[in-house]
Amino acid sequence: MDLSYTPEEEEFRARLREWLARTLPALPPRPSPDDWPGRRAYDLGWQRRLYEAGYAGVHWDATPSVRLIFLEETEKAGAPYVGANFVGLLHAGPTIAAEGTDAQRARWLPPILRGEEVWCQGFSEPEAGSDLAALRTRAWRDGDDYVVSGSKIWTSHAEVADWCELLVRTGPAAPKHRGITWLALPMDAPGITVRPLRTLAGPAEFAEVFLDEVRVPVANRVGDENDGWRVTMVTLSFERGTAFAGEVVACRRVLAELAVEARKNGRWDDPALRRRLGRLNAEFRALWRLTQWNVSAAEASGGVPGAGGSVFKLRYSHARQDLYDAAAEVLGPDCLDLDRPWTPDRLSSLAYTIAAGTSQVQHSIIAERILGLPKGR
Amino acid sequence: MRFRLTDDQRALRDGVREALARRFDGRALRAAVEEADRGGGAGVRGGARGTGEGPGRSAAGGGGAGGARAAAALDGRGHGGTGSSGGPGGAGGPGEGRAAGPPRLDRGLWRALGDLGFFALRVPETDGGVGLGLTEAVLVFEEAGRALLPGPLVATHLAAGAVPGAATGETVVAAVDGGLVEWLAEADAVRGDTTGAVPLRSLDPLTPLHRVPAARPAPDPVAILLTAAEQLGTAGRVCELAAQHARAREQFGRPIGAFQAVAHLCAGILVRAETARAAVYAAAVTADPADIAAARILADEAAVRGARDCLQVHGGMGFTWESEVHLHLKRAWVRTQRAGGVTESEEVLAAALTPETV
Repeated sequence: MDLSYTPEEEEFRARLREWLARTLPALPPRPSPDDWPGRRAYDLGWQRRLYEAGYAGVHWDATPSVRLIFLEETEKAGAPYVGANFVGLLHAGPTIAAEGTDAQRARWLPPILRGEEVWCQGFSEPEAGSDLAALRTRAWRDGDDYVVSGSKIWTSHAEVADWCELLVRTGPAAPKHRGITWLALPMDAPGITVRPLRTLAGPAEFAEVFLDEVRVPVANRVGDENDGWRVTMVTLSFERGTAFAGEVVACRRVLAELAVEARKNGRWDDPALRRRLGRLNAEFRALWRLTQWNVSAAEASGGVPGAGGSVFKLRYSHARQDLYDAAAEVLGPDCLDLDRPWTPDRLSSLAYTIAAGTSQVQHSIIAERILGLPKGR
Repeated sequence: MRFRLTDDQRALRDGVREALARRFDGRALRAAVEEADRGGGAGVRGGARGTGEGPGRSAAGGGGAGGARAAAALDGRGHGGTGSSGGPGGAGGPGEGRAAGPPRLDRGLWRALGDLGFFALRVPETDGGVGLGLTEAVLVFEEAGRALLPGPLVATHLAAGAVPGAATGETVVAAVDGGLVEWLAEADAVRGDTTGAVPLRSLDPLTPLHRVPAARPAPDPVAILLTAAEQLGTAGRVCELAAQHARAREQFGRPIGAFQAVAHLCAGILVRAETARAAVYAAAVTADPADIAAARILADEAAVRGARDCLQVHGGMGFTWESEVHLHLKRAWVRTQRAGGVTESEEVLAAALTPETV
């Protein structure tokens, strides 16, 4: 067992650190959460900078170790979050890279890397949340096109996206998992209506997308018809792999800030609060080690993250909520003030045990796939 | 970064697991527990404590001095240790002051552990040891925890090289820790001041305990880490037991593991165990005090809550003496009292949250 990095990896870290120190002070101020065009421009601008400096492909090409270093260093330096580029870089991009044709890779991957196009994710539906296989949005062949009708929900960044990685049902008679197809949907196609959904955290983080006989070229299909479930699993295993690694680093920073605040406002003298923060420190240190453990396992298995991602996702999403609950205790009455940064974060953290597979679904995945328990009901 | 077991480490772990399964399997464990149970009912020789109702209390009140074993306080390398026959009240003295009651430590097993390299593992090869590191020790102690191996394993391991005979398993070394001493009556040498030691009626049938009034020195980080490794072994074992039972036991016409409520209990056990594993292994690699404190907190949680949930999955069977689950929970509880406890580790980690780490 070894936690040290190779000289090449440490050199990468040093170069990245130096570049971040040079680049970050020159960045424009961050737009407000409600300013969608501003957020799009800002996030694409950051991706463009990464591209020009040679870091754009880190999410795909680099070894998991290098990716981990990248996430650790950018977060430590306070660099912008992946933001609107999330789906392109971490979902659609890796899926197209793994399952697409050469022509599809050439069409879609460079604009993601260069910060020219934003992707959103059309997986969830009103009747199919964590139960993705229950999705009903229909698509049928008409010449060289698929014609798509239905609706999607919880679609992050739909307002500003150029493309949507869309799951549709092409084989209504087939068993649930077998009749699904993965399409790249251009968001400017006629028949698409986007309705932003305001979240309990305040800004409209995602939207409902209505599809009324939208035509998508068959050439936009990634993988075979009715093979979308398998194609999608490639994407989801990425999401449950290193996607949250940077956030763990961010949580560790927040925790240290909480300790500073508690020392300032006197609550540090309360041993119960101190111990609570100490326990959270144990939790996030362990989550970082778990990330490293999963990354090492992924490297050994050729880069594909395994079921360990479910363990991490489950534990992390609850830890993040515990962190902001502790923040509320540190803040006292100020925890009700939306202008304190930890208050909106506390609200946002409520999404973590729901998004990307609820905690209950993760428990079932672990029970069935790792422990070999019989399928439940 | 290659944060995985190397082939050698995997071979070591598997080898120890097989050797322990041969030497201390479920049957041996059950026999030891039953013997301890019988012995406990018959009381303790040497007047250490009374029999019948409330023996613990009466011993604490009056039998303390008689029951206390006036063992030498060893401070390790400085005095070169005390041999098995040299220590007051050592192996030769079943008479005076010896709380010689059950459970007895299986000396044959102890020597077998010595032969396996359990105690000499980190002693340099030039000094006749195995010459391995903290990581390997953690893997071995995880297996000890899995197997519910009885005895003052950590204390003897830490004494290897300092106390003659400890490295080979000839000498059983106990240690004062957090106001308690495990296996005092069976020990040939004891580290720490045992003046005023009083036996208590131990909740764990395979860990006899004495209470000591001595001041509590700062715990050895290695002792904390190896205890966490044992807890990790328990966490992994109870996860297996819970899943096995959930797959096999049928109710309402289905294996109970098909019920979400049961499946999710089992998944929770695994999540805690795997999180603890990453923390414990990382602490073994870095030996950093904050990493060790984190490992201890996570491993304690994984073992105690894991054992409790495993008991819940077993239902009424889990509440009986016949099932092995209660033994895992009781041992896990014993280990939570070692080496400063969780409170101290939480304070260590709170203190580590400084403006510099922001």
